[in-house]
Amino acid sequence: MAIIDNIVVHHVMTKILASFRMLLAGALACIAFGAHAQLSIEITGAGASRFPVIIPVFENESSLPRGISDVVRADLERSGLFSLVDIGPLPLPESRVPDLAAMRGRGADAVLSASLLPQSDGRYEVRFRLFDTQKQVELGAMSLRMAPAQNRLTGHRIADFVYEKLTGLPGYFATRIAYVVKSGARYELQIADADGMNAQAALVSREPIISPAWSPNGQRLAYVSFEAKKPIIYIHTLATGQRQVVANFKGSNSAPTWSPDGGQLAVVLTKDGQSQLYVLNADGSGVHRLASSAGIDTEPAWSPDGQWIYFTSDRGGSPQIYRIPASGGNAQRVTFEGSYNVTPRPSADGKLLAFITRSNGKFQVAVNDLASRQTTILTDSARDESPSFAPNGRMILYATETGGRGVLAAVSSDGRVKQRLSVQAADVREPAWGPLQR
Amino acid sequence: MKKLLLPALLSALLAACSSTGTDATGAKVEDRTGAGAGVATVTTPGMSGSGIAALTDPNNILSKRSVYFDYDSFVIKSEGKALIEAHARFLVQNPQMKVLLQGNTDERGSREYNLALGQKRADAVRQALSLLGAKESQIESVSLGEEKPRCTDASEACYAQNRRGDILYSGEF
Repeated sequence: MAIIDNIVVHHVMTKILASFRMLLAGALACIAFGAHAQLSIEITGAGASRFPVIIPVFENESSLPRGISDVVRADLERSGLFSLVDIGPLPLPESRVPDLAAMRGRGADAVLSASLLPQSDGRYEVRFRLFDTQKQVELGAMSLRMAPAQNRLTGHRIADFVYEKLTGLPGYFATRIAYVVKSGARYELQIADADGMNAQAALVSREPIISPAWSPNGQRLAYVSFEAKKPIIYIHTLATGQRQVVANFKGSNSAPTWSPDGGQLAVVLTKDGQSQLYVLNADGSGVHRLASSAGIDTEPAWSPDGQWIYFTSDRGGSPQIYRIPASGGNAQRVTFEGSYNVTPRPSADGKLLAFITRSNGKFQVAVNDLASRQTTILTDSARDESPSFAPNGRMILYATETGGRGVLAAVSSDGRVKQRLSVQAADVREPAWGPLQR
Repeated sequence: MKKLLLPALLSALLAACSSTGTDATGAKVEDRTGAGAGVATVTTPGMSGSGIAALTDPNNILSKRSVYFDYDSFVIKSEGKALIEAHARFLVQNPQMKVLLQGNTDERGSREYNLALGQKRADAVRQALSLLGAKESQIESVSLGEEKPRCTDASEACYAQNRRGDILYSGEF
């Protein structure tokens, strides 16, 4: 049950001045890949009213090599939906109901109690409960087992639990993101946790890498690599590093996107002329043409129900977004305002479509409510690209430019919460938010 | 064949590229005219030695490999025509040679849409070569989109250098 009503997605653009800026990542331990690979996240705008919660130090937390409650706090704070009420270093053990009236007196509307129970095998059981201080009721309880080194993942899962209990939407903290870092002539396809930590390179190349796309199970990425001096589509299994060429036809091969069941890819090929849409099996077999147009068709994206494929086409004279039945048929135009609307990306519930629109010469992230067909521009930057929804549809990750350098940024789908993720001294681009881990 | 040719061509290209500089001993690189271009390439089976030298000789139009386009345009400009004609003639006379045509765009807008626009530029070059007698089997047209800019400033002069089609011969890709 959602007890925060004011975050229901409604398409009112509220500009939040960067009235507060908080550098979250600096104090956190990190496993850096390479010299400058660590993403740091800066909050540049937050929800107008944030929900006050207490996330205390966990009972026995000092026995862990690295903390866990700070991971939970950083996740919740970064979402822009919560403010943290500090009660100092005293834990609130999970075995006792906290003094909810006193916690309410400190300004908190919800409070977590949490304990770590060391197990004989060196692991820990993490037990936690969430309470509503106004209604004086327990909202839920959970127990997780973890090795001491799994403090971050476990913290993300606890933050997901708190987020879901308080907003009614699934959390997205225990997810991963993919992006490309360019430093000099070196390109790295990196995978990091959604908070930018634990960045690891899946691919290092002297040639560009673009358009990473997560398989629905989160285990593989499809992408375009130019390592052979031309764009070729690969599928890369992250755990093993195994790579497979899935499309290397004469001409260019690009813009891979997975079907919701993970069995097929929609791609763009030029083997028969201009850039056109094709569908093939995830092993590269069974290629067939999806649509034919006299112009450019590119950037396909499946609707989550598998019924439609959204794409960019200039068949009407300027690049606009269209959709076509995934089984083929007639295309319908989706965007009508402006002369440049590209990169359609539907939310997981199929209700919203994020895309890039050019408005007064600026390329900006916009979102279209597919039911009401109303479009809202969410950013005020000028060089936005590659929007990608968090699995719960609340946040949109995208690439933009600050000071001539590529950075990643995220904006909530109501435009209120804004974050920037950057890597020092490198260009970051082509982000893709991965699915919920099962 | 490719493997044999590649190092030779690379050194030839490097020699051509660095002709304004000096080498480690302080001697002017341009004094070594022909040394780079002649390296090993003539020994490659099936290749016409004079043909390869022509491709890298700075005085030969065949060493020029880029044609430029106007903003949002896919029409080869008149100043590119002589270059296209020379390469078409070379391909007709050397039917064993193949080319990779790489289309490029400036950096504004979506990477994938720009990839599609770059393909239109590569295709314009392909069609021109084809009309002038080169065989389709000799030509592959691909796009690098905005990914390999020759110039990285955010200025019109720079964008103009990036709106181009490049011609690469066997062994160069």
